[in-house]
Amino acid sequence: MTGAAVFFYLFSAVAIASAFMVIASRNPVHSVLFLILTFVNAAALFILLGAEFLAFILVVVYVGAVAVLFLFVVMMLDVDFTELRQGFLQYLPVGALIGVVFLAELVLVISTYLIDPQLTRTVTAPIPPADQVTNTAALGRVLYTDYLFYFQGAGMVLLVAMIGAIVLTLRHKPNVRRQDISRQVARTPATAIEVRKVPFRHGI
Amino acid sequence: MDFWNGLLNVLLIALQSVVLLVVLLLLTAYYLLADRKIWAAVQLRRGPNVVGAFGLLQSFADLLKFVLKEPIIPAGANKTLFLLAPLITGVLALSAWAVIPSANGWAVADINVSTLYIFAVSSLMVYGTIMAGWASNSKYPFLAALRSTAQMVSYEVSIGFVIITVLLCAGTLNLTQVVHAQETRGLASLIGLPWLTFLNWYIWPLLPMFVVFVISALAETNRPPFDLAEAESELVAGFMVEYSSTPYLLFMLGEYIAILTMCALGTILFLGGWSAPIAVPPFTWIPGIVWFLLKLTLMFFIIAMAKAMVPRYRYDQLMRLGWKVFLPLSLAMVVLVAAFLQLTGFAPGH
Repeated sequence: MTGAAVFFYLFSAVAIASAFMVIASRNPVHSVLFLILTFVNAAALFILLGAEFLAFILVVVYVGAVAVLFLFVVMMLDVDFTELRQGFLQYLPVGALIGVVFLAELVLVISTYLIDPQLTRTVTAPIPPADQVTNTAALGRVLYTDYLFYFQGAGMVLLVAMIGAIVLTLRHKPNVRRQDISRQVARTPATAIEVRKVPFRHGI
Repeated sequence: MDFWNGLLNVLLIALQSVVLLVVLLLLTAYYLLADRKIWAAVQLRRGPNVVGAFGLLQSFADLLKFVLKEPIIPAGANKTLFLLAPLITGVLALSAWAVIPSANGWAVADINVSTLYIFAVSSLMVYGTIMAGWASNSKYPFLAALRSTAQMVSYEVSIGFVIITVLLCAGTLNLTQVVHAQETRGLASLIGLPWLTFLNWYIWPLLPMFVVFVISALAETNRPPFDLAEAESELVAGFMVEYSSTPYLLFMLGEYIAILTMCALGTILFLGGWSAPIAVPPFTWIPGIVWFLLKLTLMFFIIAMAKAMVPRYRYDQLMRLGWKVFLPLSLAMVVLVAAFLQLTGFAPGH
């Protein structure tokens, strides 16, 4: 038990410190790398909670894909971050307000059963004990049965967002020459090569 | 008492990890040599044959050479990230092996989500590349890093789908259970000859996925014919241009161990892991680790031959293959396999 506590404090301390460094570091690339460190530590906290599926999904999706794109954008774009940083103190009250609201909501969610003990019964599926069902299987059972429509709805939203992004950026320039792979593969010597007998001293 | 038991457990795990590490590094040294020998044989050369008998000590000579050289850090480089990048690559590549069962019950950490763990670790490998390219503060490494990051991220998608089809058949995320599933259920038991275990392996029903897996593994680990990260003709040496001595060695090591990880993953997912191909006495007497290493070597041979025989892909064709061929193909296979398992009742857990 003490081992778990030591690791909990270690991971949460690193997570908080690196979350602070995300906004404090001068170099935007460092900021993103600290953000990644925060994600990884959050994943480690999930593992301590016994939610290994969520932990690895967090790493695969957020660290392995989303943060890479973040890093791409920050590295490629020439954003003047010192200019963005000018109004830091000006925005501080707004940021603090959002933080407080978020904290209050978190506290409300966690203490729901204190306010209204009946609320926990509205969960449709009972939470299976951890030693009988792995949490991957438990999540799957809930996600693909009771919450199927929400799950598919979320998928549709993402699909629409993806198609939207492609539609916004895809432009076919008429003067750019493109390759048509199937046409290239379909070429045979008969269609691609012309063999001629060249008569002496006449040329073609 | 409880405390001492815990401490003993931790020490035991540390000991297992050290043994795994040493064996893995030795294996890597010889697989690297085998890679060079196979490459040489295809080109009618002898390959490394000077250091030790048949060049058997070549990898160790290379190791000494790398370690004893002076590490050069460019003046304009971001020093911390520059040195952190090879460490990330090396450590992540090694840590993937924590969950790989090389024989029954031999995984250091036999966790429930070991497939996801390997997938997560290999998706983190991107950071070694991108950090190295950025921290070098030079154009060629940066361009190469962008290229190979895009490549690794693209092919991760198809590898993910391949893994999903296998997991659908096995009904578990645990690699040990995946092997057990291939020992007991499958084509062999379907035709009434359960001792022909090699027919149970997922390579037969999922052959297209195996092909996609091998090609994606080549692309994911930046191996030829997809070694666009270090395409000498265009990018000097890719994201590692500025690296020398031990940091370079770590990149090299990380790359080879990532290849071995992919070979091991292919062995476990498609070739039945440590199980014998025919479950009758002369074959079952051979310990599982031998079968595992034999299959691992076979997978590595395929990858080494691909390096020797296939010319390098062009970058846009690589991206086309990943997004327009493999992604729809593997997605369709996921749907097909899921529908087949559901409709015929072969799905595990029924």
